[in-house]
Amino acid sequence: MRMLINVPETVVADALRGFAAAYPDLTVDVENRVIVRRDAPVAGQVGLVSGGGSGHEPLHGGFVGPGMLSAACPGEVFTSPVPDQMARAAAAVDSGAGVLFVVKNYTGDVLNFDMAAELAEDEGIQIAKVLVDDDVAVTDSLYTAGRRGTGATLFVEKIAGAAAAEGQPLERVEAIGRKVNENSRSFGVALSACTTPAKGSPTFDLPDGELELGIGIHGEPGRERRPMMTSGEIADFAVNAVLEDMPPRDPVLLLVNGLGATPLLELYGFHAEVQRVLRERGVSVARTLVGNYVTSLDMAGASVTLCQADEELLRLWDAPVRTPALRWGM
Amino acid sequence: MLDADFFRRWMTATAASVDREAERLTALDSAIGDADHGSNLQRGFTAVTAVLEKEAPQTPGAVLTLAGRQLISTVGGASGPLYGTLLRRTGKALGDAAEVGTERLAEALRAGVDGVMTLGGAAPGDKTMIDALVPAVDALATGFAAARAAAEEGAQATTPLQARKGRASYLGERSIGHQDPGATSSALLIAALADTAEADGE
Repeated sequence: MRMLINVPETVVADALRGFAAAYPDLTVDVENRVIVRRDAPVAGQVGLVSGGGSGHEPLHGGFVGPGMLSAACPGEVFTSPVPDQMARAAAAVDSGAGVLFVVKNYTGDVLNFDMAAELAEDEGIQIAKVLVDDDVAVTDSLYTAGRRGTGATLFVEKIAGAAAAEGQPLERVEAIGRKVNENSRSFGVALSACTTPAKGSPTFDLPDGELELGIGIHGEPGRERRPMMTSGEIADFAVNAVLEDMPPRDPVLLLVNGLGATPLLELYGFHAEVQRVLRERGVSVARTLVGNYVTSLDMAGASVTLCQADEELLRLWDAPVRTPALRWGM
Repeated sequence: MLDADFFRRWMTATAASVDREAERLTALDSAIGDADHGSNLQRGFTAVTAVLEKEAPQTPGAVLTLAGRQLISTVGGASGPLYGTLLRRTGKALGDAAEVGTERLAEALRAGVDGVMTLGGAAPGDKTMIDALVPAVDALATGFAAARAAAEEGAQATTPLQARKGRASYLGERSIGHQDPGATSSALLIAALADTAEADGE
């Protein structure tokens, strides 16, 4: 395995040093692993903090800035951050208006953010949480950890971030975040496993000529394995899996997301097929994003996320944003 | 009777065992999780040995509470809060006593395991660390060796189970046939306890 790294132990710290040098608009605490927008806390605005394992870049650090996250906490590769990081981030961004934690539904993230909320509340910071669980590949039942949080995290962070930037109060920002999650669904497909620096070999074995349907974003295998399909067949499968779970009413926000190792040439082609399926199913697309946003290291493959957007969500989606990975209108 | 020094040696023995077995834990995790259980616990217990040396807590309860807090602050993932809670709750239940007996330790460990079950929402049979810890605590009344055997047996018994908690649960039926990494590391923790006691002639 060849990787552009020094040693596995310092991968995250090295990446943060490089990130800091590239984005002087952000304050990066490399030692404590907290990325904060430089002008935080912003008076009168709710702070938005997210975080999770590293290896999903640009998620979450790439979404810190005006109009989106106030701070992000990167953990070890595919391992959630520790409570001290989120508590530190909350203290850095709280202007007195409270802080919203955006948490992907993975056991480690949930537990650490819960503990962080306790720590922050002990310091007198008001905390609310939105749990993102959009992945239709996982059955939600009493006997599982529930659906995973994947691509919809980007929609939640952008739209709740816009609500916070408008000066809306914590309960409102939280409610909007929940609404985005409830109206979002995702499905992912892997054409290859990914390789974590610590392990140095693929996290699961995917033979040539096969693909894994319904994967998450941590290199864990998906819900079934099939012989390789064409881009069009994959689009049919993924979009239908999403629509089966959420028959659309409103125009949708569409995210066609690369998992890290699939070039834009393939993603754009796949996007054309996704648009075709949506057209055939009578779903109108209000806005589209194509690119690598919620990745899984060097995994090849893509995920499709749809969010039903009413006028309010659409207005907040279009609101200005300035972050390393997402910027428009400012 | 077991004093603070005993508990410090238990933690050091666990750290050494996690070091030795890190690759096996990661290999188990690679089958049904995301291949980092070994390196994550290694990072945590290395930090635990360092902080115990630096702060030298004076009671058994204080040793475990500090160790638990250190795990929560360094491990991340699900293992950090779960192992951290196990040790912190056990430490709290031990109170300020300068020395504790086996019976008191068994009671305190039970409180710790209850804390883990509440936090993670897992029950026996869900293919988690609980499957090693619950039988170990039950057996501790009989002695340290019995606890070690029960934990190891409990860990091995997770192989045919389908995971219902944590990342492995996303695999559904495909999690069957693999021993749970969390139950395996829990068996290491209990084995280190038994080794430390035996070295003491307890």
